[in-house]
Amino acid sequence: MEIVSRVHARNLVEWAKDKPEVLVLSADLTSSTEIDLFRDTYPDRFFSMGIAEQNMLSFAGGLAREGYYPFIHTFAVFIYRRAYDQISMSISYPNLPVRMFGFLPGITTPGGATHQAIEDIAVMRALPNMTILECGDATEVETVLDAAHSVNGPVYIRMLRGEIPRLFDRSEPMQLGRSRTLSIGSDITVVSSGICTEEAMRAVQVLEKQGVSVQHMHVSTLKPFDDPEIIEAIARSKHGVITMENHTVIGGLGSIIAEKIAEEGLGCKLRRMGLKDTYAHGASKGYLMREYGIDAMALISEVEHAVGQRFGITEADLAATYIAPVHSMAKPEAL
Amino acid sequence: MKERYAADRDTLWKNEVRHVAEGIRRRVLEHTIANNGGYVSQACSAAEILATLYVKIMKLGKAESPLMPKAFPGVPGPANPGYFTGADFNGPKSPELDRFFLSPAQYALVLYAALIEVDRMHPEGLREFNRDGSVVEMIGAEHSPGMEVMTGSLGQGISQAAGIAMARKLRGDTGRVFIFMSDGEFQSGQTWEAIQAMAFHKLDNIWIYVDVNGCQCDGRMEGVMNIEPFDKRLEAFGMRTFRIDGHNIEALAALGSLKPEGRPTVILADTNPCEGIGILKSREPKYHYLRFTGEEEKESYKAFLQTMYSGNMI
Repeated sequence: MEIVSRVHARNLVEWAKDKPEVLVLSADLTSSTEIDLFRDTYPDRFFSMGIAEQNMLSFAGGLAREGYYPFIHTFAVFIYRRAYDQISMSISYPNLPVRMFGFLPGITTPGGATHQAIEDIAVMRALPNMTILECGDATEVETVLDAAHSVNGPVYIRMLRGEIPRLFDRSEPMQLGRSRTLSIGSDITVVSSGICTEEAMRAVQVLEKQGVSVQHMHVSTLKPFDDPEIIEAIARSKHGVITMENHTVIGGLGSIIAEKIAEEGLGCKLRRMGLKDTYAHGASKGYLMREYGIDAMALISEVEHAVGQRFGITEADLAATYIAPVHSMAKPEAL
Repeated sequence: MKERYAADRDTLWKNEVRHVAEGIRRRVLEHTIANNGGYVSQACSAAEILATLYVKIMKLGKAESPLMPKAFPGVPGPANPGYFTGADFNGPKSPELDRFFLSPAQYALVLYAALIEVDRMHPEGLREFNRDGSVVEMIGAEHSPGMEVMTGSLGQGISQAAGIAMARKLRGDTGRVFIFMSDGEFQSGQTWEAIQAMAFHKLDNIWIYVDVNGCQCDGRMEGVMNIEPFDKRLEAFGMRTFRIDGHNIEALAALGSLKPEGRPTVILADTNPCEGIGILKSREPKYHYLRFTGEEEKESYKAFLQTMYSGNMI
């Protein structure tokens, strides 16, 4: 599997070169959110706002009212927790095109409870006019900019930084409102998002060797959520659906799917994987994914429960799994 | 001769400002009596500030004729292309023209009265105040006459206006950004975040007029949460700060014509929450919202209103 480093840093500079109306705002986390290269390349379009997020978000609303596109960069918690009222009244109510790049989603940081955005989707989803996107790999980090920029309104993005795997082929950008079908099957449907997708891909490969037919879908647009392909997949699924997210099971992907199942009258079993209504603590990503049950082994165990079978899969089986960048099954012509 | 004309012009604007200020107080009191409640003390304290801003200081787009507020257009969003803000009441926008932002949205009634007095809003528009389906809301929103951003959550107005001032600088606009604020808003952390940001980014196209009436919902500010020494705090944060009598229209106007010099300008206008409506004094220290205790009190305000009509109006 290809691992790419500091994807956003270089990509944003290239993407914004012919977009003078794009301004970047930082709250003292310039290197940490990979906008140092942007700052050095376009110093006139970079604004240091200090550790003062409430002002930064309302200030961005003011810039957006005048035709600019403010790109807010900081850790996700300091966007939605610190400045929720400001987002709601200065940005979301007037439907302004402010792009909020929230870094360190879920347990992707050893920074602990203060730095881990575990309920951001839940609270941001409740804001009218808000669009919510989440990146799952390097290709999505690169192409989320176009997806977000096509939205006439505010966008909140769960962003990845540092070393990021490339799971999806570069020729297949993130598409607003469209999920990716990563495997086709009818025994069970797995819907994953963000960093959980890599884990799910690993688990699905091993499960399929055991004869389990898995429909695996990756979601990057969490709001609005109206992709009919996911509904159809769930409706076809023999043993219901499993959601897997780097977020509390309340208000995020699991809740979104629950709402859809109820609204569509699918009446199937839903198993929600994620933080089980708990805060986390400071530790490595791998450790926390295992501790809170959002890694490949946890998914295998969940599938075993769903289909009522044990497969005796071990960590070693998973470690041997190689993941190459995949094309979405939904578009076989692209193969 | 030249001196004569200059002296006449000088008298003319002062007369107009005083006339508008008196009109604001009278209109707000009249409305309060008719509706059995209203924000009267805000009219008392802010009348000269708003009158001087609209008549003498700000360069706004011309109002062809007083506008009648339209019906509520619905909330903004991608499904509502017909949405509008209340900015039209401040005239068409242009790079060389100023912009006005009312930060304490509970002053909306006072702003509506001011807009009527300067012929930007139709007097009949005030009948729509607080009526269902009207934009003439009790706590002004961005669709309300004279407003264009959401400021009802106190502390957000200054930050949004600062963002707009920054955008105007980037564009090369020569017009300024005027923000009307209340002193209570300086208890909020966001206000100071905004102040430090506008000083840091040298937004010297910003003029803030603060109605320092010393009052808030719970009573006198010094008993709720102290903000003094107000001017020294702002000075220390990098503002070009002035502290004047907020009912002195010459002083208010003079500071409005200063040249920018790298720092944002703040004018702390010390005001009296009962100025011009002395009988309000019996409410000390609770001035935030006047609701009559009974017919007797209401009658006393009615009688006072009559003296405003028959008194020394210009």
